[in-house]
Amino acid sequence: MTAAMSTTLPPLRDPGLLVRTRWAISDSLQITRRNLLVWFRVPAFLVFTVVQPVLFVLMFRYVFGGAIKVNNVPGGYVSFLLPGIIGQTAAFACFATAIALAQELTKGVIDRLRSMPMARSAVLGGRLVADTGRMFITICIVIGVGYAVGFRFQNGVVPAILMIILATVFGLSFCLIAAWTGLVIGDEESVQAFGLIWLFPLTFLSSAFVQIQSMPGWLQAFANHQPVTYVINTMRAMALGGPIEANLLKSVAWLIGIFVVFGPLAVRAYKRAS
Amino acid sequence: MTQNSTELAILVEGLKKSFGEVQALRGIDLAVPRGTVLSVLGPNGAGKTTAVRILTTLLLPDSGRALVEGRDVVRDAPAVRRSIGLSGQSAAIQEELTGRENLEIIGRLHHLSKPRSRSRATELLERFDLTDAADRTAKTYSGGMHRRLDLAASLVGSPKVLFLDEPTTGLDPRSRLGMWEIIRSLVAGGTTLLLTTQYLDEADELADEIVVIDHGLVIAAGTAEQLKSRVGGDVLEFTVPDRSRISDAMTAVAPIGEGEPHADKETGVVTVGVGGRGSDALIDAVRSLDQAQVRTHGLALRRPSLDDVFLALTGHEAEEENELNGARAGRRGSRSRGAKRTNSVGTRSAS
Repeated sequence: MTAAMSTTLPPLRDPGLLVRTRWAISDSLQITRRNLLVWFRVPAFLVFTVVQPVLFVLMFRYVFGGAIKVNNVPGGYVSFLLPGIIGQTAAFACFATAIALAQELTKGVIDRLRSMPMARSAVLGGRLVADTGRMFITICIVIGVGYAVGFRFQNGVVPAILMIILATVFGLSFCLIAAWTGLVIGDEESVQAFGLIWLFPLTFLSSAFVQIQSMPGWLQAFANHQPVTYVINTMRAMALGGPIEANLLKSVAWLIGIFVVFGPLAVRAYKRAS
Repeated sequence: MTQNSTELAILVEGLKKSFGEVQALRGIDLAVPRGTVLSVLGPNGAGKTTAVRILTTLLLPDSGRALVEGRDVVRDAPAVRRSIGLSGQSAAIQEELTGRENLEIIGRLHHLSKPRSRSRATELLERFDLTDAADRTAKTYSGGMHRRLDLAASLVGSPKVLFLDEPTTGLDPRSRLGMWEIIRSLVAGGTTLLLTTQYLDEADELADEIVVIDHGLVIAAGTAEQLKSRVGGDVLEFTVPDRSRISDAMTAVAPIGEGEPHADKETGVVTVGVGGRGSDALIDAVRSLDQAQVRTHGLALRRPSLDDVFLALTGHEAEEENELNGARAGRRGSRSRGAKRTNSVGTRSAS
């Protein structure tokens, strides 16, 4: 036994931070590519991510829009609505993240990838990059449809670009939360059900579709102080003009908080996932 | 231990793993020389997959040590991952991607260059007879094609040690034979193989050495021939078409056998080990079955199969402490013997 013990080969030399970083990036990109190829080949997925947000725009613009009164918004309800829909679109993108990770976990895909000499971070990284890319495309489509139904950016190009960036970063932060739930819960249907429980209240009990003053007082207390409202108010100000700073600071604080808390949680859940 | 561990592709010592209350592995030892095939045989839940998952760095053991190609699976996991391939129950294949895309991306994940990934994919597709289907999505593949693609995926990195976790479970007999053919050619190429299976004929067919695991312990080890000889000679086998007479048949042949007769209630097949008594036992059996007026089909004497060994090792007729472990390697025996569960060779003790 002792003879065998002594013949254990020493650990291989660490390839170095630079090489490891390069591998982590290239591995993540390969997983991204893999995920994006899947996206383009599953029609249902395409419908879910493209058609659904467009339906939301049309529905709120033409069905509910007439009944919803907004005060002091240049351009009327459609201008008020679009940043809200974009925020909601960004938030809902994370459904796919949670479901995909849960599926990969149960099917053993994650196991197999983890037995390969690739970077440990790539499955999670590639998933987040692919889903963020997908979300970005969806946001652009929603803006396009918005323009067709009367929405206009009223505050210049740079704030408009900043709005898109903020929406994307916000969506990414929710993807991290969803990644964590997907890896911890691990069962596709439960993940989906749980997604509804936290995502619907957060997006609908916010300033996304209506002005908060129209809600009953007790609901206003929640709606006024939750991250989705801060983010959407900031986006709205970027798109339409108006004071940005206060909401932006609160948004950034929330986003940093989400990344700091759920980033490590998701990574830990991934490491433990098996 | 005559083998120097540097000649070993896999070395496992005292490996233990529990999941809460469940002890999946209760201290197993394995030694697989380079270029050989070890088959880990056992029923569902015996601990086979847990062992494979530890050896492929997917799971940390509670205690014990495991080396693959001389590298520790815990402390030197990245190096281990570079020398292994894993295929079987898990799925590396993305259904929506074509066979070629799947292999190319896996090549890239092994840090092969783009052209090298491409040529490696082409090479493997050809070798596994998937060239015609290479540019179709994997979703359209048959079960056998799917398994071949999955195996191809595990070979992209040219592993020195290959782990196949129940590679033919769920395949139809033809695909199964095809899979065996492929596995044989891999081994001929010098790859070390650890294969888990529930099928005794598979282990018999492919393995140089077989380790039988049950309830997280190695209960027997040896070549197929050695294990068969443990049953104690020939096996008498016959079928009772009238299932209600099975117990009568067993009573009739019990005195002839060297051990307890076993019966499969589904198929009506009764087997009993008869040691070296050969045709005498056959004649005795005909007589007593005739006396008992039990009609039988296909009464015959045959060499024991691994099924007989398995039944003898894991059956409920545990009557004596397992003595097989001691035969192969002392360290195995001492650990297994210390365990509470007893197993017996069954056929011997009654004689």
